[in-house]
Amino acid sequence: MAGYMDLPTKGGFDFGLCRRNESLAEKKGLKIPGFLKTGTTIVGLVFKDGVVLGADTRATEGPIVADKNCEKIHFMAPNIYCCGAGTAADTEAVTDMVSSQLQLHRYATGRESRVVTALTLLKSHLFKYQGHVSAALVLGGVDCTGPHLHTVYPHGSTDTLPFATMGSGSLAAMSVFESKYKEGLTREEGIDLVAQAISAGVFNDLGSGSNVDVCVITKGKTEYLRNHLLPNPRTYVSSKGYSFTKGQTEILYTKVTQLKPKVDVSEGGDAMEE
Amino acid sequence: MAKFSPYENNGGTCVAVAGDGYCVVAADTRLSVGYSILTRDHSKICQLADKCILASSGFQGDIKALQKNLAAKELVYEHNHNKKMSCPAMAQLLSNTLYYKRFFPYYTFNVLGGLDSQGKGCVFTYDAVGSYERTGYSAQGTGAKLITPVLDNKLKSPNPLILPARDAVTPLSESEAVDLVKDVFASATERDIYTGDKLEIVVINSSGIHREYIELRKD
Repeated sequence: MAGYMDLPTKGGFDFGLCRRNESLAEKKGLKIPGFLKTGTTIVGLVFKDGVVLGADTRATEGPIVADKNCEKIHFMAPNIYCCGAGTAADTEAVTDMVSSQLQLHRYATGRESRVVTALTLLKSHLFKYQGHVSAALVLGGVDCTGPHLHTVYPHGSTDTLPFATMGSGSLAAMSVFESKYKEGLTREEGIDLVAQAISAGVFNDLGSGSNVDVCVITKGKTEYLRNHLLPNPRTYVSSKGYSFTKGQTEILYTKVTQLKPKVDVSEGGDAMEE
Repeated sequence: MAKFSPYENNGGTCVAVAGDGYCVVAADTRLSVGYSILTRDHSKICQLADKCILASSGFQGDIKALQKNLAAKELVYEHNHNKKMSCPAMAQLLSNTLYYKRFFPYYTFNVLGGLDSQGKGCVFTYDAVGSYERTGYSAQGTGAKLITPVLDNKLKSPNPLILPARDAVTPLSESEAVDLVKDVFASATERDIYTGDKLEIVVINSSGIHREYIELRKD
């Protein structure tokens, strides 16, 4: 038993401070700071010859917008992309990790990655951490077996669907899909429907906002349409610009402190031996 | 069993700026709860007397009740004294009304703007239980944290000891003050999820009351 705590970690997370934090929370009322959450709208759909993914670009920290134009459609493989909702760090880390596992797998096999491979890697990681890695994902891609679209929940359960939504704006976006989605959409119809679904989230969910990103994946071709729509420009700009006058903080006193005087290096002493 | 909570925060931001012969009172028109927008067109501004405008954010139910209460008291005052209430008198009344409910407060954050009996612009700012202060400008509500430092920089005298002494009213002209208010709201809307949709601006000056609207971001 001795030295059990001192063993170096072999990858994965370090839970070393969990007990300390628990006792601090109990005794001193410690509050753990919040994380950057992408209170998000992300969607995807399968169309005639591929899949379209979509995302808004707002990241929030409580009621404050932390990033007005962030990227929520992550690269997994040249033929697979993944939209992320939840804690920004988790979605980013989990997609990056699986992305590099897929790259190594491609080097080993010399074949194009399959969407199910990415799906299995994602869900096994998320299940292992029992929902503590808060990533809700929409995974889409086209491989040798055709177009695929999946949703992945933070606990590791997955769905395979023709159209999917996730995040706080998922209900707004799903209302658009449920009323307008049909099989065999063209590329343009697919992009348009995804943009409409994201816009529904952007305007009706306070956790989502700013712009619409779209990613179209077809056999042998991927198009990332960054800022496909920009429906929320600033509404008013002062004619006088932004000049902040100096001297709004009064100077109470001024004191100049010299840094330590220079150290003199004198010659002499024993020369270093060669 | 879920515990009943009598309070809710419906968000929104209110700003008032007083000048030499005018007062600008502004608030956005979004009403929301959690991550949902209830309506994009709900006024948070209420005219309580001739030269007295109240802007409130917080819990809409309490705001309505407070406005109704104050309007009734103002009417009684009018009948008793045969004149409308002055803005500083309304300010004291609002404080008393809020403190009366010290242990079951109106969950409202108020700014009262108007002209005093000399025709000078005045702004009164409150907490939820009636502590108040006459100032030259104020911001309340969910966007107040974002707006107040900008107003401080533009309008505040750095220190009351620095000469020449500045008045509580701002040095800006009326049109400059309106421009500043529009600008700080456009900025707050960029970063506060509870502020947006539309801005209602009410200006009181010697010629009366003038109201205008500008659009804000709707996301």
